[in-house]
Amino acid sequence: MQKTQHLLLVISLLLISISSCKKDTKDNSALKAQVVQNYASIVYASYDDAVIAAQQLKQAASNFISVPNQTNFDVLKQAYISSREPYGQTDAYRFYGGPIDDNNGREGEINAWPMDEGFVDYIQGNPAAGIINDSVLYPVIDKNVIADLNEFGGETNISTGYHAIEFLIWGQDLFASSAGQRPYTDYVVGGTAQHPVRRGQFLMAAIDLLIDDLVYTRDAWAPNTNNYRKTFESQSSDVSLKLILSGLGKFCDGELYGERMLTAYDTQSQEDEHSCFSDQTQRDFVLGQKGLSNVYFGDYTRTDGTVINGAGFNDLVNTTDADLNTLVEAQFNSCKTAIDNIQSPFDQEIVNSAGRTRVKTAIDNGKALSLKIVSAAKAIGLNIVL
Amino acid sequence: MNQHKTFSTVLIFAVIALLLFLQMQGCKQELNLANYQAGEEYSGGTNGTTFDNSQNAFGNKVSGLSTDQEVDFTVGNSFNRNNWVEAPSSTVARDGLGPLYNALSCSGCHKLDGRGEPPLPGMPTVSMVYRLGNGLTDVHGGQTGVPNFGGQLGNYSISGFGNEGDVSITYTEISGTYSDGTSYSLRTPYYSFQHPALASVLFSPRVAPVMIGMGLIDALSEQEILKNADEMDRDGDGISGKPNMVWDKLQGRKVIGKLGWKCNTSQTKLQVAAALVNDIGITSSIEPNEALNGNQIPIYASASSGGSPEISDKLFQQLTFYTSALAVPARRNPKDESILAGKKLFLEIGCARCHIPTLQTASNALLPQLGNQSIHPYSDFLLHDMGQDLADKLHDFSATEREWRTPPLWGLGLIPTVNRHQFLLHDGRARGVEEAILWHGGEGEFSKERFKQLSKTDRERIIKFVNDL
Repeated sequence: MQKTQHLLLVISLLLISISSCKKDTKDNSALKAQVVQNYASIVYASYDDAVIAAQQLKQAASNFISVPNQTNFDVLKQAYISSREPYGQTDAYRFYGGPIDDNNGREGEINAWPMDEGFVDYIQGNPAAGIINDSVLYPVIDKNVIADLNEFGGETNISTGYHAIEFLIWGQDLFASSAGQRPYTDYVVGGTAQHPVRRGQFLMAAIDLLIDDLVYTRDAWAPNTNNYRKTFESQSSDVSLKLILSGLGKFCDGELYGERMLTAYDTQSQEDEHSCFSDQTQRDFVLGQKGLSNVYFGDYTRTDGTVINGAGFNDLVNTTDADLNTLVEAQFNSCKTAIDNIQSPFDQEIVNSAGRTRVKTAIDNGKALSLKIVSAAKAIGLNIVL
Repeated sequence: MNQHKTFSTVLIFAVIALLLFLQMQGCKQELNLANYQAGEEYSGGTNGTTFDNSQNAFGNKVSGLSTDQEVDFTVGNSFNRNNWVEAPSSTVARDGLGPLYNALSCSGCHKLDGRGEPPLPGMPTVSMVYRLGNGLTDVHGGQTGVPNFGGQLGNYSISGFGNEGDVSITYTEISGTYSDGTSYSLRTPYYSFQHPALASVLFSPRVAPVMIGMGLIDALSEQEILKNADEMDRDGDGISGKPNMVWDKLQGRKVIGKLGWKCNTSQTKLQVAAALVNDIGITSSIEPNEALNGNQIPIYASASSGGSPEISDKLFQQLTFYTSALAVPARRNPKDESILAGKKLFLEIGCARCHIPTLQTASNALLPQLGNQSIHPYSDFLLHDMGQDLADKLHDFSATEREWRTPPLWGLGLIPTVNRHQFLLHDGRARGVEEAILWHGGEGEFSKERFKQLSKTDRERIIKFVNDL
């Protein structure tokens, strides 16, 4: 009897150890592949939304230049702000040498900052500054010319992309209490600035180039094509997952809560903010955080309301460390709340004490989220560096 | 008498035995070094090493930063990475570019904190600079620069002003042969200045070096470096090792130079200030005046300033902190058998007589955790005569035209990962490790000749070892 009991004990112990072994080596490979595929779908959809919004921006700019009045100028401003909505969520796909920022990546042409204002247009104290006002050296302004000029000095990021367009619409932000105050009459012949027609040409050229760059980036993620996405989906899932999470962690830690928030918080330089001309920096933060969340949860809501809701890292981490996943999800919520609490305009938040407290809270939460992303990676067997 | 003689004999034998023993110990030590040494993957010591070997391998912080230091690192990174813009701008903290400059940002040359390269034929110069001189020196022995051009070519200028023209580079291939009959080809660069007034200027082309490990180099004491110095070659091994004593304006005296292609700078803070003003045109409290000379002053008088100084003291401190706190990537495969074989050969043919594997740091006031570290820079941070083929046309304090700093080899194998190239030496003429070895002349001639006598397998082992650093 006792012998049987012993035997049963041994057998049950064995069973426990076998089943726990099984749990440890649980085969997640199918789920992993789904997470990679769903990520690729989200990336494609969000760049596609960015392309569509940029085309709408082009339409608004074209209407404004044909009939430059305040109404059309306001529509143009709104179209710019709308165009940032999808793009702002795509920053979470950077920092692993993918199509957006590999050697041929267009990030530097699309979203470079800071903007070299005096290289493009007039600035305070110099009404004849910039390419727009130099018809001798630059007789023609089109997208090829500004793309070439962007390489001037061998570096990208001077005269193109969203922030160049933003500057052409809002003008220099020299005001503590508001965004830039460029009048629409800068685009009216006989209006408030020299070379209004060339200014319109620059605006259109910058938008054309932006569309080209976005299309290029989107197409690298097009489904069923011989492109980056194909490699990304066919290589070992772990390789792709590691890229995704490395980029996510770096964007969270170094860029969103570091470069963009902490640097401005620490320097207290009023316009040391990425969307200084339009004072839309707080919205940029919301979108950046949304981008992080899209990737982790595997969810994305398209501009037209279509929802992509597939396998995310939350599902994957849940299978190996459900408690950790709960903590990560909670931290995403804390970050969202902290960023929502930051008030616009951001350049005022960093110089008043209540605002600084709100910004600091967001930074601390972002830092915590970065560390959670590292832990989440570890939970699915990946080591990433922030 | 007899007793005396016996005693002498015993004494002589004892001395010989002792010498033999010591020699054996020496051999043993060399053999030991060729084996895997515990911890040798920590190129930057326990606290100064990162295990990131991705494209961001050169952009990581050393361990043990305080919360405030994390902030300094982040802000410093922002000012290292992002462009400076022309003044006046909305981003007032970031304006003041030029009037003359070589790059818009630190990262313009040190892409991803990494290494610059010579331009491809027909392309503009991006990540290298040309130091200029006319042979005259100031009271401290530094170059005075060329009248009306200063000490560095300004190949770019802000809009509305002229620049000093670019330089075109052409290469001539010269071929050579290994002892086993395999041939190789090296390219010799020839430079042509566009500006007519610079046709016969004395100059030194210098690509941007990798930024890693500077806080560790700051933490090396003068004694630690001088212990390898042998300026008069008293030991007769053909290797001198000469310190460059350079003017340190912060200390108001001459001290040992450890940074730069010719060891012409003594500490990171001065390196950062000099690079800001010479390469980007950003003034600081340490370098309060734009680097303009003679006629340049009236020509650029109307250029807008970004403030005086253009970089605030706080941002300067943060940028310096960032630069000091960049970790060195760890070795990837220090236990690999063929890499260990390569290391053994590296030691045997004498590379390590200048590329010293291990040094001990003393202290770093800014980053105490970088003190007392056993580091593996593979450099002695001294000057060596590298022969006429590598000579430039400018002496630099006590460095002659033929003398160059032994560049640290740490991180060298990751340059292709980070910067997508491996153009080595001060002007980027060498297309990889093999060519860099083959360019060694002067004090490096002997080791190069021994390298040329090795079999292909052994040569590849050495290259593989160096690429693991």
